[in-house]
Parts: sequence; structure tokens; C-alpha cells
Amino acid sequence: MRKSLLKTPPSGLSSRLLAPPALVVGARARKPAPRRNGPAAYGGDPRVRVAVEGAIGEEAEFLAARVRLLEGFVSRTDITDCAQLALQWLGDVLGVRQSICLLRPHSEQTLVVVGAYGVPGSSLGRFTVSVDDWANPLVTALTHRKQTFFPSPHSAADRRRRPTTPFEDAAFHVMPLGVSGADESSGLLLVGDSEPLPSDLPWFTSIFSQKLDQILRQQALVEGDRRQGRERSLLYNIINAVTDPILLTDTEGRLLIANARALTLFTASEEESEGRRSAVRMNNMLLSSALSSKAIEEAGAARRELLLVNPVDGSDLVFELLSTVTEDPRQGSGVVSILRNVTDLRRASEEIEENYRKMRIAEAQARAESDRLNLIIDSVADPIVVTDAGGATSLMNEPAERLFTIPLHASSIEQRWVQANDAHFSSFIAGMLVSADQRRVGEIGLVDPKAGEAMPVEAIAGKILSEHGELTAVVTILHDRREALEKAHLYEQLKQASDELERKVQAATADIAQQNELLRRQAIELEQASALKTQFLANMSHEFRTPLNAMLGYTSMLLQGVAGPVEPSAKRQLLRIESNGRHLLTIINEILDISRIEAGRMPLQISKFRIPELLAEVKAELEPIILRSKLAVTMQIDRELPLLSSDRQKVKQILLNLLSNALKFTHHGGVTIVARRSARDRTLSLQVADTGIGIAPADQERVFEDFRQLDNSPTRAYGGTGLGLSICRRLAQMLDGRITLESTVGKGSTFTLTLPTRGRR
Amino acid sequence: MTAKSPKPRVLLVDDYPDAREMYSEYLQFSGFDVVEATNGMEALQSAVERKPDIILMDLSLPVMDGWEATRRLKADERTASIPVVALTGHALAGISEGAKRAGCDAFVTKPCLPEDLVKEIRKILDDTTGARKGRRSGKYAKNTN
Repeated sequence: MRKSLLKTPPSGLSSRLLAPPALVVGARARKPAPRRNGPAAYGGDPRVRVAVEGAIGEEAEFLAARVRLLEGFVSRTDITDCAQLALQWLGDVLGVRQSICLLRPHSEQTLVVVGAYGVPGSSLGRFTVSVDDWANPLVTALTHRKQTFFPSPHSAADRRRRPTTPFEDAAFHVMPLGVSGADESSGLLLVGDSEPLPSDLPWFTSIFSQKLDQILRQQALVEGDRRQGRERSLLYNIINAVTDPILLTDTEGRLLIANARALTLFTASEEESEGRRSAVRMNNMLLSSALSSKAIEEAGAARRELLLVNPVDGSDLVFELLSTVTEDPRQGSGVVSILRNVTDLRRASEEIEENYRKMRIAEAQARAESDRLNLIIDSVADPIVVTDAGGATSLMNEPAERLFTIPLHASSIEQRWVQANDAHFSSFIAGMLVSADQRRVGEIGLVDPKAGEAMPVEAIAGKILSEHGELTAVVTILHDRREALEKAHLYEQLKQASDELERKVQAATADIAQQNELLRRQAIELEQASALKTQFLANMSHEFRTPLNAMLGYTSMLLQGVAGPVEPSAKRQLLRIESNGRHLLTIINEILDISRIEAGRMPLQISKFRIPELLAEVKAELEPIILRSKLAVTMQIDRELPLLSSDRQKVKQILLNLLSNALKFTHHGGVTIVARRSARDRTLSLQVADTGIGIAPADQERVFEDFRQLDNSPTRAYGGTGLGLSICRRLAQMLDGRITLESTVGKGSTFTLTLPTRGRR
Repeated sequence: MTAKSPKPRVLLVDDYPDAREMYSEYLQFSGFDVVEATNGMEALQSAVERKPDIILMDLSLPVMDGWEATRRLKADERTASIPVVALTGHALAGISEGAKRAGCDAFVTKPCLPEDLVKEIRKILDDTTGARKGRRSGKYAKNTN
């Protein structure tokens, strides 16, 4: 830390130069020789005097007198001394018996006597001349810098024109004193009655003027210094009187001026305690960083905060720092800083801020609490009503509003419901208010105003008491019982339904088990019955055939004449027997086929065979009937028919049946057998087309049913069992084929057997 | 047949008298020498003793059924070469298969008119004499094609 440069004002302002000069009246008894230009007796350096006297004589003596004057001037700095010496010299050397020197002290408006010779002190009195007295000829002489002669007055008018001087009516000369070039003379030399004027007077005036000028200038300097010191002292007094620290620092941050308050913060002598000194060091550091040119530039003259340490007690001090850069052409720029102690202000402000912040937080908390409460209340689905001690509603949530407030555009019914609700609730609350109970639970039969349906609610009310035990509010929560009742109801229904269902399931399960058992038994029985039936049919057919075989055999033998010739009438009757026997045989065979197919006991014997040969066989087998019918049977067989892979005997049986049918129901025209392959779906079709009576569309499906012959009358025109087509269709299905029919009544029928060429495995 | 009587001898085995006698009468009428048997045992005995050219065998027989009798006939070298034609009123599947397995050479379903039976017998006898070692069972061969 730099040693702060304290500039105390000089102690005591000297008034020496400013005080009126003590008048020194020349009291030398020695009278100069009244010789004009003659050498005057004089003191001085004996060596000089000896040399001058010895060598030059009188002239030299006079020269020595001049030197003496000059020497005297050199050793004198006081203006009065100087003036006295000069006037003494004037009297001694030049023989001027009376002379007065007036000078205008620096920046004063009065000419005062600084030296006199040959003038009695009493007459000098308080001789002063005011410079402002323009009428005074002395002032004119001063300002006009001219030598003036005032002769002795001859009249009163003359006297009035003369200035008042210690010379009174004696004639005198006035000569201005001062530096050449100045506007005004510094003073006046009054020389009394020495006509004619000594020739050396101009030289003297010049030298004396110079000396006076020199002294005056010195005095002016000293005076300036003194005034500055006084002013500075005043300034220090002023700034010391300011309680805020004030500082002037140079551009390097060195402290130039500091007031008393600042000194306590920023200076500490070696005798101070270490704590105090370190506090001062800290403060200086803080200050210089705050006052760094950069910081000032940034902040400009703005107020900044500066935190310092109180060296006395170590407490924190907050200052507001106001710095201003001052430009001085002579001393360069500096920084004036004023520190305002705002510690208390700051503390108060902080306190206010803190209080405000606390208040805001408290307010926010209160609001949040309130919001949350509202939110909670509103988010509760159950209606909540808060009533005051008087029973008036003070708060209700939205579900409650729906029950107890009449909405806009409410119908009259709705309004009535709301009023009814209100009445019910009010009576509940009234009961609560008069009772001593803290809590009350009850049922209220409200109505949902919107739906108009009964809404039984469970009301749970609780009293809220103040800390003094006074009732402040009643909070009531209404719980809609509808849902619970509905749920209970539904649950009961569900339970009943469930029980019912369970009973039914159990019954059904038992039933199903029973039926399954029954079915199983039936299946077994059916299988057994089926097997028995098949066996029975097989046996029956055997038993039928055996006698039929004998009947047909013997009939045939009779017809062949094995037992001798037969009468033609008897032969006709035998033929009837044979015909009926054959029919009976066919019936038996076909019944057997049906039963075998149904019992699944019709085995297939798959082989590959050629169609043309099969067709020829079929035709050959029916040759007797063909001949008898006198119909033309033609065959159209595709070339390159593939081998058919199927059960040859079954295919043959089908074709025999179809062809014999065609022959049976055709009276004119003919029958055409067509064999054709279809490469597209790999099938082979065998068609038997006749030009017979035809089948009506309604009957075309029925012809394939069991025992179905279109003419069902006992005296039907056509023979046959009615089982033929039924068997054919079943056989075709067994062979993965089908039989289709196209027919027009009166035009004929076409039966088509379609079989896969590959057949089944 | 060459060394025997010019009439081919047929052993007719059937327990049903009407049928047996009917066929017998017609066969004789048609020029066959007929030997009758009413059961399998008799058939075996007659076959050995009378050496028929062909045997017509009903399958459902008392004492010994036709299948067993046929098996025995075919097992006996004295009778093995005699064609046996199964003759039955049973039309159920399996009957003809069983007959074939038992060794029958042909199978004829009753009812069968006497003249049809004679045609069948003549055809078999012709086949047998023509190519005795070649086609022993023409009817099966034809049926199974």
C-alpha cells in the first residue's frame, strides 16, 4: 500500500506580507552633502571605497555610491527595507531632502507608504491614496505613468488641484515606479523640493522600480501560495466535513487526496493493529480494482456498489461508488470517487426484498393450497357441500352444483327437482346443526334433476370447529347409492343367472352323457342290427333263391320239353311263371345289392379295362331284348379312349341297367351309346341316349330314389323293381363318378355316367 | 374221358333234393352220367370211387361243407385233377373268394337255369380236355379279366 500523501494545510496563514508594512522613517542623523552630483559620504565595502576614492576621485565616488545602492538592493528582500535604503541613498547621495515611496500592494486599490525620507512621521499620518480616486492627480500619475511636478500653490484653486500629501504646500515631483510594459505603475516616488532634479534620478528611479518590481512579484507569489494554501485548507475542511469518503486518485490508482472518512478506510499507520491494517489493505485492493480504468470505462459515471470492510469493527460496509474522471491539463487525468455508505440502506432494502419475497412465497403457497383444495374438491365425483354455521351454502363442487343449483334454461320440472333436493338437504343440515354430534350419516332421497330419476344418496356430514370450539362450517359428502344398489341388484341377477346356468349346464351335461351313452348303445345296436340285417338279407336271399332256383329250373325244363311235349296253352302259362320268377329274382338281387352297398359290404375290384369291349359285352347280353324291341342301338366311341381304371363289373352293371331302361321306355327311334373322354378334367363319359317317353323336369331327380317308378300304379305298364337307377347312382358314387340325366318329355332321355379315368385306389 | 364211357360223368353234390334232382334229371337229359352226393363226405367217397369228370359242389352242406370237401379233393392226388365248380345260392362278397381259396375251378351262382349250368359245364370240360394243363379255371380268368 502506498503511503497516502496527505497534504495538510500550512499551519497558520502568515499575514506578514499582507499586513500593512511597518513604516520605517529614515531617522539617520547623517545629512548628505548638498552637493549636486558630488560624491556623497557613504558606507559600504571599504575595499571598494578605497579603490574608487583612490583611483577616480569624485566621479568614482559617485559610481561607488551607485554600487553601494545596488549592493544594498541585493541584500534586501523586504520592500520596506528596500524603500528605506533607496530613500536614504537618495537623500545621502543625490541630496533629496524629502522623499516618500508609495506602493500599491498586490491586488489592492490603495497606495500605501512603504518608505519616507525627511518627512516627519506625524505628517505622514495615515497617508494613503485610493486608486479609484480618479480625481486625484497622483492616481492620474500612477495610471498614466508620467512624471508630474506639483509646484507650491499660489492660490486656493491651485491648492485644490494639488493632491493632499505630507509635503503640504511644498513643491514636489511625482515619479511613477514600476516595470516598463505594465499598464499601471506599481507605485509612486514623491520627491520634495529639490529643484532642479538631480541628474541621476532617472537612473535611480529605473533601478528602484526594478527592485520594487522584483520584490512585489515575489510578494505576489508568496501571497498566491498563501491564498492557495488557505483555499486548500478550506477545501479540506469542507471535504473533511463530508461524512462520505471522498478520494482523488491518479490514473495509476494512487491516492492523491482523501478526506478524513476515507482515511479511516484506506490508511493505517504501522502502529495500528494487524486486523485493522489488513482490513485497510483489503479495502485498498477492492477500491483499486473498482477504480481500475477498465471498470470505470465500463461503468462510466454510473453508480456502482463497493463492498468494504470497516477497519474499526470488521463489519461489512456497502458503498455506492460514484467515480468521475477529471481531466487536468497540468497534472493529467485523475479519478474523483465519492463513496456513499448505503450499508443501512442496503440492509433495509434487502430486508424489504426478503420480506416481499417471503410474502410472495406465502401468497403463492396459499394460492396453490387453495387451488389444490379446489381441484381436489372438484375432482371428487361425489357431491361435496360446505355450509356455514347458519346453514347457508358457502362452497360446493361441480357434482353438487348439478344437484342443488338450477342451471340455465332449466325446465320447470328440473327446477322443481332442484328445489326438492335443496329442501331435503337443508333439512338434513338443519338436523345436523341442532344435534350435538360431530358427524352424521344419513340417507337422503334426492333426484337427479337432469334424468329425473330417484337418486338415493348417503350423506356424510362433519362439523368443522374453530380453535375456540365454535362451529364454522359443515362439510357434507353425498355418495350416490344408485350405482351400489344397481350393482347389488345386478349382482343378484347375475348370481341367479349364473346359478340357473350352472344348473342347466349340469342338467345338460348329465343329459348329454346320458344321450351319449344312449347313442353309443344305439350305435352298437345299429351296427349289430345292420350286420344282422345284412346277414338276414344274405340268408333270406339264399333261402329265396334256393326254391326259386328249383321253380325256374323246372319251368325251364318243362318249356324245353324235358318231360315231354307241352301244349301251347300250357306253354304260355309256363312262360308267365318263368317271367315272374325272373322278376322275383331280379328284385331279390337288387335288394341284396342295396343292402350290401348300405352295409358297406360291396367290395370294389379295381382293374384296367377297355371300354369298347365292355360296351360290346353289354350290348350282347341285352341282344335278346334289343331284338324284341326292334330298336336300333348304335354306338359312338371315341378313338384312343384310354384304359379305364375302375371296377369293371360295377361299370357293366350300371350300363346294363341304363341300356335296359332305355330299351324299356323307348317305342320309336333308337338308342345311342356314346363313349367320350374329356382330357380337361380327366374324365370319361358313357352316355345312353334314347328317343323314348322322357321324364318331366320335376321327376328327373326322383327317378334315382329307391323303389321309385314314375308310374306307381299296380297295373303299371313297365316292369322293374324301381331300384335300378338308385343302385346305379350309388355304384357310380362308389367309383368316384356320377350319373346325370337330361330329358324332355316325349323326346327322350340321356343318362350320362361320368367316371374319372384314373379311378380310385 | 377217352378211356371212360362216352358220357361225361358229373358228380353233383347238393343237400337240397329238389335242386339236386332237377339238375340231375336235366343233366341226364342233356347226355351226362350223373352221380349224386348229399354232403361233403359222400362227395369225397364218390369222387374217389366213381372218378367223375367234373364235380358240381354246393358249398353249404351238412356233415362236411363244400369248402372243406373241395380242399380235401384238391389235396388228394387221386382227385386233384377233377375240376370243381362251386355252386351256391350265397351272393355275399367273400363267398367266391373263399371258394377260390379252397381250390374251386369255377363258380356258379344259383339260381342257375339247368341249361345255363349245362353250358358252363360243357365249357369247362372243353377247356379241360383242350388244354388241361393250361387254363384250369377259365371262368375266373374271364371274370377277373
